[in-house]
Amino acid sequence: MTEIVRIENLHKSFDNLEVLKGIDLTVNSGETVVLLGSSGSGKSTMLRCVNFMEIPTSGKIYLNGDLVGNERSGKMTYRESELCALRSRIGMVFQHFNLFPHMTVIENVMEGQVIVLGRSKSEAREKAMAQLERVGLAEKAEEYPARLSGGQKQRVAIARALAMDPEVMLFDEVTSALDPELVGEVLKSMRQLAEEGMTMLCVTHELGFAYHVANRVLFLNDGAILEEGEPQKILKTPKTDRMREFLEGHSLFKLPD
Amino acid sequence: MEWNFLAVLNDIDLLFLGLVNTLKVTGLALFFGVPLGLVLALSRLSTFKPLSAVAGFIVEFFRTTPPLVQLFWFFFALPILIDVSMTPLIAAVVTFSIQSSAFFAEIFRSGIQSIDKGQWEGAKAIGMTYSQSLSRIILPQAVKRMIPAFMERSIELLKTTTLVSTVAYADLMFQANELAQKTFRPLEVYTIVAVIYLVLIFLCSQFSIWVEHRLAKSGEGTVR
Repeated sequence: MTEIVRIENLHKSFDNLEVLKGIDLTVNSGETVVLLGSSGSGKSTMLRCVNFMEIPTSGKIYLNGDLVGNERSGKMTYRESELCALRSRIGMVFQHFNLFPHMTVIENVMEGQVIVLGRSKSEAREKAMAQLERVGLAEKAEEYPARLSGGQKQRVAIARALAMDPEVMLFDEVTSALDPELVGEVLKSMRQLAEEGMTMLCVTHELGFAYHVANRVLFLNDGAILEEGEPQKILKTPKTDRMREFLEGHSLFKLPD
Repeated sequence: MEWNFLAVLNDIDLLFLGLVNTLKVTGLALFFGVPLGLVLALSRLSTFKPLSAVAGFIVEFFRTTPPLVQLFWFFFALPILIDVSMTPLIAAVVTFSIQSSAFFAEIFRSGIQSIDKGQWEGAKAIGMTYSQSLSRIILPQAVKRMIPAFMERSIELLKTTTLVSTVAYADLMFQANELAQKTFRPLEVYTIVAVIYLVLIFLCSQFSIWVEHRLAKSGEGTVR
């Protein structure tokens, strides 16, 4: 197995608030890793550090074995141009979609390919259509995002990220802003991606998705990884009280079998 | 009391020349003022504190001092300070470029800040640089929202340029004064000038409404 992302002793503070207190994680090619944790546990911050949407306070991040940034007397420094290039190799999908409302669906999916990767418009259009087909939205190509449902918007956002041919995909609570009945279509697209061998790192509250799709589940608590393991084990028989509480809170009102 | 436009109409080319000069000053002030306003807005939004402080000072200074004082300062005071030969046109263009850039800066700033942070994030996440995000994602959306304020400010500028007659620049107002003295017909002259401004500004606001509706058709706009 080849390693895609490696995080070493990641720390992140906002002013005086220490959000991440030393995280180590390796994500291998084709793996789907799910991050669980209550709000404020640092899971979104951790995800956002992987593609440097947030600059880590300390620690090292490797993509495909290459260290990001330069080490100078024990401290990491980053050039903005390097970070832009890095972000173009990592796909990210957000809770609130962040589609570009002044562009049609296909233009949204072409934008990064043309502006960042320098692909020709015809090549970008072809790739964009292929990705829209992948998420089942080819017929919406010429619509503006405002005319799509939340679930469709999120699938377009996934297509936009995929069109960049990312080495890893980051999902930041991508179903949290959706109506419950629209959650399924997005999770289905994500599951399909995972099955096709995409390397994925997902922050989510969907325990069912974690159980059925993830290869590995991490439970974050107070800025550190508290538990880690296969979903079938860790979700059924958590070792710590903290994680047991968390899981109980999520399944308080389950339908009887 | 008798209206007699004939005497005025005989010399209407004087007013026409004044109109051209008014449009010239307004046009040049927009030409320099809008980009300068964007630069000031971006500087003010910068996280680099000294830059944002300097931009903030310039903007507030030119927004809070009377334009006539600024015009006199550039025309009469600046040549004493540094060795430049000021013509009325240069003084007028410099004054109104900077003065309107201060107002445009605030329009740009509020326009840019009104765009959801998620748009910056969406652009950043696909690898766009700051300037790519700004020019491709943020400004196209912000400019649509800015158009009403932008047009209002441009109309305000057109009206404020009447001040240049005080430094003997032959704008519409200056020419009107000349013509009124020449013909002894201030009533007719100033009536015509008022109508010219009215028509000019009416056309501008019609144009702005048209532009807003055009933009509203493509995706998000201010009018729906």
